[in-house]
Amino acid sequence: MKVELDINRQKHTVEVEPRLSLLDCLRDKLLLIGAHAGCEHGVCGACTVLVDGAAIRSCLMFAVQADGVAITTIEGLSPGPGELSPLQDAFCETHGMQCGYCTPAMILAAHALLSKNASPTREEIVDAISGNICRCTGYAQIVEAIALAAERMRGQNDPVRP
Amino acid sequence: MTAPGKFRFVSSDRRVREDRRFVVGKGSFAADIVPQGVKHVALVTCPHPAARIVSIDKAAALAIPGVHYVLEGAELAGATNVLAAGLDTPNVPRYPLALNVARYAGEWVAAVVADSRALAEDAAEAVAIEYAPLPFILDADEAYKPGSTLVHEAHGSNVLLDRTFVWGEVEQDFAVSPHRLKHRVKWGRSSTVPIETFGVTASWDPWREILDIWASIQMPKYPDQTAMVLKIPMSSVRVHYDVDVGGSYGVKRGIKHTVLVGYLSKRLGMPVRLIEDRLENMRGGDMHGPERNFDVEVAFDDQGIIRSMKMRALDNVGAYAGRSPFQLGKPVGAIVGPYKIKSVQYQAIAVVTNKTVQEAVRAFGQSPTNYAIERTIDEVAVKLGLDRLEIRRRNMIRHEEFPYLIPSGSTYDSGDYHTVIDKVLAHAGYGELIAERDRLRSAGTLAGIGIAACLEPSGGNSSFEPLLNPKVGTTTWMDSCRISIDLVGSITATMHTTSAGQGHETLVGTVVGEVLEVDPDKVRVVRSDSLNALPSNSPVGSRMAIMLGGAAFHAAKQLKDKLTAIAAHDLGVPVERIAYKDGSAFDTSAPDKKRTWAELVTMAHRHIHKLPEGMEPGLSVSHIMPVPMGGGLPTADGRVQMYPCYSFEFHLMLVTIDPDLGKPEIKRYVIGHDCGTVINPKIVRGMTLGGIAHGIGAALYEEFAYNEDGLLVAQNFMDYLLPSAHEVPFVEIVHHETPSPLTVFGQKGSGESGYLGAPAAIASAVNDAVRPLGIVVDSLPIKVARLGDMIAQARENNAREAKKGN
Repeated sequence: MKVELDINRQKHTVEVEPRLSLLDCLRDKLLLIGAHAGCEHGVCGACTVLVDGAAIRSCLMFAVQADGVAITTIEGLSPGPGELSPLQDAFCETHGMQCGYCTPAMILAAHALLSKNASPTREEIVDAISGNICRCTGYAQIVEAIALAAERMRGQNDPVRP
Repeated sequence: MTAPGKFRFVSSDRRVREDRRFVVGKGSFAADIVPQGVKHVALVTCPHPAARIVSIDKAAALAIPGVHYVLEGAELAGATNVLAAGLDTPNVPRYPLALNVARYAGEWVAAVVADSRALAEDAAEAVAIEYAPLPFILDADEAYKPGSTLVHEAHGSNVLLDRTFVWGEVEQDFAVSPHRLKHRVKWGRSSTVPIETFGVTASWDPWREILDIWASIQMPKYPDQTAMVLKIPMSSVRVHYDVDVGGSYGVKRGIKHTVLVGYLSKRLGMPVRLIEDRLENMRGGDMHGPERNFDVEVAFDDQGIIRSMKMRALDNVGAYAGRSPFQLGKPVGAIVGPYKIKSVQYQAIAVVTNKTVQEAVRAFGQSPTNYAIERTIDEVAVKLGLDRLEIRRRNMIRHEEFPYLIPSGSTYDSGDYHTVIDKVLAHAGYGELIAERDRLRSAGTLAGIGIAACLEPSGGNSSFEPLLNPKVGTTTWMDSCRISIDLVGSITATMHTTSAGQGHETLVGTVVGEVLEVDPDKVRVVRSDSLNALPSNSPVGSRMAIMLGGAAFHAAKQLKDKLTAIAAHDLGVPVERIAYKDGSAFDTSAPDKKRTWAELVTMAHRHIHKLPEGMEPGLSVSHIMPVPMGGGLPTADGRVQMYPCYSFEFHLMLVTIDPDLGKPEIKRYVIGHDCGTVINPKIVRGMTLGGIAHGIGAALYEEFAYNEDGLLVAQNFMDYLLPSAHEVPFVEIVHHETPSPLTVFGQKGSGESGYLGAPAAIASAVNDAVRPLGIVVDSLPIKVARLGDMIAQARENNAREAKKGN
């Protein structure tokens, strides 16, 4: 059947089987391969995308259920070719990853947090990424990246002091 | 070797170049590579722990439109060679699909090929297989006994390896020691379980006669074993090393997966891929880690000086023999840990059972052995009433005693264990930490201090192969780097293996930049495929900083020497008078006389008439590096230099346990870490913290548990528990550098750090916490439910005893 998907502010009309997951639709039909399959049963969080700004697991949602919502994938975060968002740059600054497999999902989960909460505490950061499993880092440099991005993004909006 | 602090780029806190592609979702992982027309594999797996395959009916599956093929074991085994095993065990053959008999629940019995993965899964359910269940065995102690149920009848027993080494005067040292202690500790079956499952795509071109392979692989000997099993020349196998691997930590060794899709691609004339789903990965992906029972006995004096140790390690390697029994061999290279134990008896036993096949896991068997040694040291301290730190200090090798030869034949290169411990204690405020524990105890909580010290052998030459299988003569295990400066002066370095997050492109760029005195970010680093590769043994055994870093150093040095020689010749001065600086070369007695980078590069590429007589034009060099200290076969009694470099770590932690729930919580975690010169601080820090997280998982949460019916019950992430950000505490690292005298910058390995000692430290803390109750926790993982039951039982018993006393 036909679904109309709003992904990274672009409309796509896609022909899908009703049983196709949003994850498989993004990867196989739209070649948005930054969303990754990890467990495909909703635990590891590697497939996280944003639906209307909230982090959700695209392996647990059917593509047909995504008709009419606004989806953001990792491909939608970078400001332009070769450029990084402040959050993406902070992950590079602290080396908040190793193999990079859980990274797009981790960044989207953090993005969802920072768009609601400009000054998260360590506990709030930990809570926001606790549904995303990383096997490489032990999470410390990820938490640091999110805190650093929050600090820098707050600074961006500060009035210029004389 | 240059002293620390003298480097320009090495040791500086530079960004990791790989990160840029990952943060935007532009990694190139195995599942991202989709050749035109690729077909998809799903697997039919055995639901019994052991069963004879009576019949396979494929008709219903093949009738589904879009289904191309159903492959069974007999066809595959008939067309391929048996998969390679490490030990000499010809009667334990292993094929990708079970042949006549399936030997564990989840073993692959048939493979379905279809237009999509979903269709292949539909068809897999339609394959009708009749099984005749057979008796099975799960327990290693039982499997070791003569007369037990046989996993492989033709082998005649379940024992793959049973060898006892004696190094030094063990019996004599035991006889003269006033004390001895014997106990059993167990390491449970877990693994490092990457978030990316194993995936591989193979595409056979019958006209070029090349099998292209894209795989999430981390495996030495991968192209050669693929060629050997598929009966094609190695020059017909092209493994693409530019695939990003989504975590491996040892386990991504999908040789059986690769043989399966390689065969199918040849057979069907189509590209074929297998991307495991989580279930296929957990039960049939053959990536479980060691499951080991240790019986350890030590002899010691009144001061707690341990003179001798007898260790028996019984490992349950699962249903088939791959490379995993060698994981009993690696610990021989650090069998006494950081301690001066004079003599050792080591019995290494590997048995097969009807469990999933074991694969290499981070530290290749060293972490379980460290856990056994450290648990033993703690028990000796308790028996003598000595402080656990003091007994370690007394037994440890002192800084001035390096290089230090251990009884099993390896010489430790360098270390300063006492200083690292002192730094950790000072940082942590050890006295206050003890006071905090005691305060918590008096408030009614169970609280304990955990201590563990251990080594990370690094840069190895695979000497455990000839040690445990005399038919193998391996004495080196090289790695390589090729560097070219092109005709306009850009630098490109090539590496010859995949990476799984270790930052090797950053490593090579940093080293080349350091030697050639250019901005590392200007050095392009690419990966070859296996047909144009120099020798590499892949990132195993904490080796790449030493081996790839070393190869890049030597290749860059050769280029620098060549540029210097060209300048000397063109300036007409002896080469000794030429100094190289920032890419230019000048006459030290007349610094105005110089040749710039552009001039040197142009001469090398275009002006052969200006080059020294006989010099090869161009600027392209390769270096193939052997392992430092390697080159010798084991002696008859099994002594061999196994690893060149030995990193050190010391863990200290405070743990509380809720006395009602039995739930441990890490309140403070400090690790002292010494891996010599650090090439990239961000990478080394990440390795250590990530290794600790793996160690926390192995110690407290992760276990491939089986039920009485022989079925794996922890086969998804609801039942196999992975630590989340909530479970991994804030960890403080205390850094120390004791450079290795054997490496180009003084670097040692760090890829397995953290994981090597965290389980031992957690076990130490938990036991310190529950010891007042009179109980000992002697097996990992320490699951909440079991610990809670043990504590409740102990409290009940103690209350009953107290009542009796009244």
